[in-house]
Amino acid sequence: MIMPLLQGLKITFSHMFKKTITLQYPHERPNIPPGFRGLHALNVSHDKAKCVACYLCPTVCPAKCITVEAGEDANHDKYAAKYEIDMLRCIFCGYCVEACPVDAIRMTDTFELANMKRADFVFTKETLLEKK
Amino acid sequence: MGYEILGLPLIYYLAMLGKVIVVFLFVLLTVAYATYAERKIIGHMQVRLGPMETAWHGLLQPIADGLKLFFKEEIIPSQASKLVFLLSPFIALVPAFIAFAVIPFGDTIEIAGYKIPLQIAAYYDTAAGKVIDVNVGVLYILAMAGMGVYGIVLAGWSSNNKYSLLGGLRSAAQVISYELAASFALVAVFMLSESLSLQKIVADQAGVFGWYVWKQPLAFILFCICSVAETNRTPFDLPEAENELVAGFGTEYSSMKYAMFFMAEYANMVTVSAVAATFFLGGWQGPTPWPILNFVAKVYFFMFCFIWIRATYPRYRYDQLMRLGWKVFLPLALLNIVVTGIVVTLFK
Repeated sequence: MIMPLLQGLKITFSHMFKKTITLQYPHERPNIPPGFRGLHALNVSHDKAKCVACYLCPTVCPAKCITVEAGEDANHDKYAAKYEIDMLRCIFCGYCVEACPVDAIRMTDTFELANMKRADFVFTKETLLEKK
Repeated sequence: MGYEILGLPLIYYLAMLGKVIVVFLFVLLTVAYATYAERKIIGHMQVRLGPMETAWHGLLQPIADGLKLFFKEEIIPSQASKLVFLLSPFIALVPAFIAFAVIPFGDTIEIAGYKIPLQIAAYYDTAAGKVIDVNVGVLYILAMAGMGVYGIVLAGWSSNNKYSLLGGLRSAAQVISYELAASFALVAVFMLSESLSLQKIVADQAGVFGWYVWKQPLAFILFCICSVAETNRTPFDLPEAENELVAGFGTEYSSMKYAMFFMAEYANMVTVSAVAATFFLGGWQGPTPWPILNFVAKVYFFMFCFIWIRATYPRYRYDQLMRLGWKVFLPLALLNIVVTGIVVTLFK
């Protein structure tokens, strides 16, 4: 009856000298693993968004958070005139990335998405375009 | 310093005042930093860091906590018994502090030719050539330990809340049960010292091997366990078992009044540590040649054990607690007294 109690004391005492696993978050940054699904980014090719407004991503999106409107550019090519993601609805499943036939959307490491206003959570095409 | 009051030089009174202030500040600081030490030590035992943000390694955390509690809203339930509700935090806190009056925390020192014993309620009698202190110091300490529970019971009753009342009742039952065993454990010590004066008890324990812990190991263990129960600490912290009683007697308390219960718990820890150090580890008579350092180190050692135990064990069930107190510790303490009595008589 006494030995297990002493065993417990020994364990807690030895743990006191172990290296802590705490991440001092705002000061230390977490190590983001590959394949992490954070904020979306629209891929760019030849200074244009690759998106061809095929509507596969809003179709596959289980949270129905993507709004796409197609437009026609000077070369009579179809492009996304409006591409919005409502981050308050997004569940970061990554289906949009899987569905995309032209590799126009991907997910980045950004996970700090706090904002002051509700409207700020609707990310427009300009904010989603990948930064060079 | 030629003045005399009641036949004693004035410096004796000044020294007493000085000792009160020093001891009070020591206990207050220890209480404040015990909360910090507890969070840090338990944190590291759980492979976490504990407070880190307030100043270097969170060193100002107790002060931040104190300020926060001080500026919080004061809430008194409309159906509470107001006077008792306001009074009970004080009843809980004060006995924890005043028990320190009889604990010797150092050897007799000399100031301006006068000998000053480092114990608040004591003076040096030049004619008799010895230190005079409260000759029932042990009883005084036990009485003060018993007083503290009134604060908790009254807090529970005056809050007019089921959880508070149950918490208060549990606390009363627990403290009374364990105080018996703790007191009986101490009886064995003053059977050896043949005195209730703490000066005499400490004086008897000269040298590391003169400590009563070697002569009374069972009493020492019993007293340590019972004092954990008496201070309502884990694994015996049933009065504030949050999964059954919300916050026990503290449910209706907020702001500084809650902080006072919190301080009372930690002040009780310090007092009980000091008592254990005085009775079993020789008080200031210890391994190093610096009396005050010896005493403080022993008190802090017991404080560490309190925290260590909290980090290790889960809470006892109420019936287990009562069984342990009445069916295990009390008979053992009584047996210890009988055996001590026989041995003392045989080897006189």
